Amino acid sequence: MSGGHQEQRPGQAPGVFAAVGLPPIVWLAALFIAPLAVIWAYSFGENRTLVDIAITGNWGSYARALKPLYLAILLKSLGFAALTTLICFILGLPVALAISFASPRVKLLLLLAVMLPFWTNLLIRTYALMAILRTEGLINSALGGLWGLVPGLPPFEPLPLINNNFAVVVGLVYVHLPFMVLPLYAALDRLDRSLIEASLDLGAGHLATLWRVVVPMALPGIISGIIITFIPALGAYLAPDLLGGTNSQMIANVIERQFRSANDWPFGAALSFLLMYLTFAALLLQSLISRRSAAREARA
Amino acid sequence: MPDRLSRRSFGGLAVALALGGCARSWPKGSNGEEQRLNFYNWDTYTAESTLSGFQAATGVEVAMSHYANNDELFARLRAGNPGFDVIVPSNEFVTRLQISDLLSPLDHARIPNRANIAPEFVNVPFDPGRRWSLPYTWLALGIGYRKSRVDGVPDSWKYVLDSDLYSGRIGLLAEGDDLIRLGAKYLGHSLNAVTPAVMEEVTQMLIRQKRHVKLFHHDEGQDLLAAGEIDLVVEYNGDIAQVMAEDDDLAFVVPREGTLFNSDSLCIPAGCPRPDNAHRFINYLLDAQVGADIASAIRYPTPNAAVLARMPAEYRDNPVIFPKGPAMAKSEYGRFQSIAHIRAVEEAITRVMAA
Repeated sequence: MSGGHQEQRPGQAPGVFAAVGLPPIVWLAALFIAPLAVIWAYSFGENRTLVDIAITGNWGSYARALKPLYLAILLKSLGFAALTTLICFILGLPVALAISFASPRVKLLLLLAVMLPFWTNLLIRTYALMAILRTEGLINSALGGLWGLVPGLPPFEPLPLINNNFAVVVGLVYVHLPFMVLPLYAALDRLDRSLIEASLDLGAGHLATLWRVVVPMALPGIISGIIITFIPALGAYLAPDLLGGTNSQMIANVIERQFRSANDWPFGAALSFLLMYLTFAALLLQSLISRRSAAREARA
Repeated sequence: MPDRLSRRSFGGLAVALALGGCARSWPKGSNGEEQRLNFYNWDTYTAESTLSGFQAATGVEVAMSHYANNDELFARLRAGNPGFDVIVPSNEFVTRLQISDLLSPLDHARIPNRANIAPEFVNVPFDPGRRWSLPYTWLALGIGYRKSRVDGVPDSWKYVLDSDLYSGRIGLLAEGDDLIRLGAKYLGHSLNAVTPAVMEEVTQMLIRQKRHVKLFHHDEGQDLLAAGEIDLVVEYNGDIAQVMAEDDDLAFVVPREGTLFNSDSLCIPAGCPRPDNAHRFINYLLDAQVGADIASAIRYPTPNAAVLARMPAEYRDNPVIFPKGPAMAKSEYGRFQSIAHIRAVEEAITRVMAA
């Protein structure tokens, strides 16, 4: 280091910066940017043989991806993701509020309970959900058992809980709920409690306080929660594949088939990048909103 | 094809174990190769004693990992062989792998047990003279069904592809290529002559039929049938034979219009790290007693004459394992057509799923 006796902040020392900054930058470049660049290049390619892809700068895959067939599937996936996000928000907000108002000990336990599912593989959790929802699964056998206790009822007809769009939404909400709860909790936990007390003291009801004080103040956290729930839900693949019925195809299932059975990587890459462009647009929107609210706070 | 509900998790575990094993070092055998072998196979496709028996005979330790379908196998190999020594693709994928230079030719001199193969399986259209592959099993698609919930024998593809009789109780294969070909067969065409007009006709039929179909399964149809989720399912004979052993109410029929045959074949992928072990292992799998143990466990029809001779009548005369009748004469092996054809099939299936 060239610092000598002079006091230096770490950012000013090139050696420190290189030591701290280089590994993550290399990591990001080698494991994130490079593979994405390859897929991006494929999206402008053409299949020559079963295994050779010529990168020809061809836009054909994108043109095909914009056909009504694929746009309709994309639209349907957006619908699934939006519904999932909405339900996660409605369920997640009270949970996050309860956690942020709990005593420190209980708070820790509740946070642990929210994160616990992450310790189990998504695939295993989805199979567990299948065991619960299926025609001869836990819910239907429990209901059937109760039904049988009441004399004089017609035979129990199992509820159609699996292999339909309902099951897909249940699966998506179950998987993505923690993504909503954690950012909401982070935002709510930082709230100035005196403002809530003031609102209640000045005569606002609980709901009015929630919508007119808590939600506006927690808005950046809410937007983060919405975005990090919506994006993975949009690209969900296992839930529609395993829980869905004949009408549950989402865009990720179509992409998966391009890379596997269709053996059409250029088209799969183009579809993937269509999703990426949407994701970038959502992130851009988020940064615009948070910049505007930061500017508003600075003015206030 | 033969494959259980848990195939993905099993596959993942197997890969993890295989990767974890990389750190180990193996002693060299007399052929100069490390005493190990990576076998990439379908799930539930060997007997319990198969791999340990090879180790006892040769000292070579076999690590087996699983794939759920040929597409997964192809996708793993197309970017370069990650270290597999023996693979088991189906007939048309033998073609696809071979024309993509992803197979290594077999040295027949090192596989004396190939003499055990029944003559009708030696000269096959997808591999004349068996330069690239040796047959492990053959299989036929058909309809598995629950006898108490179905009237008589559903001996036509009509009941699953073009009828509301069993609405909401039907499971179809998710494999688009197979579905389109079976639809073509039902409509009276050859499996291997699916023109754009035929494909359109089948696609429209599947779109109409879809509201009567409960689910598209990824080859776990036998489990869904056994669990009572569905009452009729398009599946492979061996898969249904496996669950029939546990449930008397299940049965299997090859529809009278004929069906799609497959033959899963032992191959050595290009870039195989231990070719001599691979040849020895293939030779071992074709042995009469080893093959008989496998056939008893997996209940798929064997193309191996020496194995068949050792099997009990219960297996040889089993109408599920060896379906008989006019339907068999009308059945065909699938052939690889072209890249453009695969693309058209996938788009047709995407339309069916989106409709």
